[in-house]
Amino acid sequence: MASTETRPKTKQPGLQPDIPPDIPPNIPPNTPPDLAGLEAGLDALETRTAAKVPVGQILREKALPPLLAIVLVFAAWQLAYHFQLKPHYLLPSPGDVLGSLHQEWLQGTLFGYIWTSISRGALGFLASVTIGTPLGLLVARIPAVRAAIGPILSGLQSMPSVAWVPAAIIWFGLNDSTIYAVVLLGAVPSIANGLVAGIDQVPPLFLRAGHTIGATGLRGVRHILLPAALPGYLAGLKQGWAFAWRSLMAAEIIATSPALGTGLGQLLENARTNSDMPGVLAAILLILVVGIGIELLVFKPAERRVLRSRGLLTESR
Amino acid sequence: MTTTISETSARTRTEVPYVARIEHISKAFGRPGAAQQVLDDISLDVAPGEFVCLLGASGCGKSTLLSLVAGLDQPSAGSIETPGGRPALMFQEHALFPWLTAGRNIELALRMRGVARGERREHAEQLLELVRLKGAYGKRVHELSGGMRQRVAMARALAQDSNLLLMDEPFAALDAITRDVLHEELTRVWESTGVSVLFVTHNVREAARLAQRVVLLSSRPGRIAREWQVRIPHPRRIEDAAVADLSVEITEELRREIRRHGQH
Repeated sequence: MASTETRPKTKQPGLQPDIPPDIPPNIPPNTPPDLAGLEAGLDALETRTAAKVPVGQILREKALPPLLAIVLVFAAWQLAYHFQLKPHYLLPSPGDVLGSLHQEWLQGTLFGYIWTSISRGALGFLASVTIGTPLGLLVARIPAVRAAIGPILSGLQSMPSVAWVPAAIIWFGLNDSTIYAVVLLGAVPSIANGLVAGIDQVPPLFLRAGHTIGATGLRGVRHILLPAALPGYLAGLKQGWAFAWRSLMAAEIIATSPALGTGLGQLLENARTNSDMPGVLAAILLILVVGIGIELLVFKPAERRVLRSRGLLTESR
Repeated sequence: MTTTISETSARTRTEVPYVARIEHISKAFGRPGAAQQVLDDISLDVAPGEFVCLLGASGCGKSTLLSLVAGLDQPSAGSIETPGGRPALMFQEHALFPWLTAGRNIELALRMRGVARGERREHAEQLLELVRLKGAYGKRVHELSGGMRQRVAMARALAQDSNLLLMDEPFAALDAITRDVLHEELTRVWESTGVSVLFVTHNVREAARLAQRVVLLSSRPGRIAREWQVRIPHPRRIEDAAVADLSVEITEELRREIRRHGQH
């Protein structure tokens, strides 16, 4: 009939190649075609995207408060000086102290003092890490070792390491050995205990999961246990550095001798003997600044990195 | 030489009709005398390529049984054989290592299996593609959604190249839609890899949706109460009438088992 003539031909040879109805590419066999799309949709819906924080906001929220606090402390100090809460020879002004620092700087010796202390601190700290890490591992993993020296290690951690200085002077004499001995006794227990705490907090699930994929024995320690314990270990390292630094200062203040060279502790002690109050406060300030500086430049970034990569850091911190 | 024979992979060597043989397993916890019997005389074979669901109420020891098969714990009596070597295991929690990226998690399993360094990356990418997470190689665990984490965990389990995959309620913590999608995903992976699956769940529908064989365990102590061969053809959906009918039947049996405990 007429209707069949007007209907377009379903197949026009030469114009359209004979292809099967469209099959979506890259779909593995046995897959209902909607599963891939459904899954992609779910993934997109449930994935959080972190917003980028503008630099101005970071400065305002992170840098401004501490700066303000420092300014306030110096202002209060200046006021105390101005109203002579203590005689000027006992409480010099911030300007006097900064002037004293400036003078030391001009003499060209200041950097040497700082370097002496920092290099001692760093060397002592590294030695402490080398000793404290295997020690912590042994205490954490071997029950007999834990029972034997675990309590001693905790006790040592709470003991002020300055108490070791007189003994160390008698044992080693007035030389670097005394200083390093005191630093080690201060830092090793913190580092070892940090690792023990880190290992104790490893979720058993990680160990089971490691066991099922074949990470047993030493391979389990290396690939599962140590990385899992890293946050606690880092906290131990941070505390270990704090203990190393204060032990070092205690040792330097007490054990002064020309043979020892001059670090910040000796600088402080020398200023005290000369009744040079601006010098004393300047040395205290330097000790504080170095301590804070190492914390901010080394440990804070390392800790943030580890915590952030594990999703343990909330954006507000 | 004999070495050439032992070098052929466990997978091809397996001529035995099972990938796991559980024989007269009993497990008790606690001190002798005051011990709590958790599993009592369980015998079960898992055939190559078979999908078995272990179903039971709480206290039936189904997770304990899985730990025993995985070699994470030792039975009090009886024996377990897994001729293909160490089975892979997936947990309810994803158990991915947060210090590694998704891809590196898989590579660690490959490394532990002895895959050469140069081949690991490509292999890991292939496994991610298998669970349809192609771009997730460099993602950290916390950047992934719950469903994506379990898929990475699945890829890591498959990286062990074991012929037996043990799954301990792996989807129990997921929302219903994601779980439904992962059921489909698991079925697809199971069909395309030929791996045997021993799947523990307390979710009757899930068992009826997934399994070729459902094994119902009674509680305290865990004994095999009943088995069903599931002949519903794949692809199945959780809403299918046949799946629903079987669920009703299994649930009735499960309720009977639970009621027994209230009677004395």
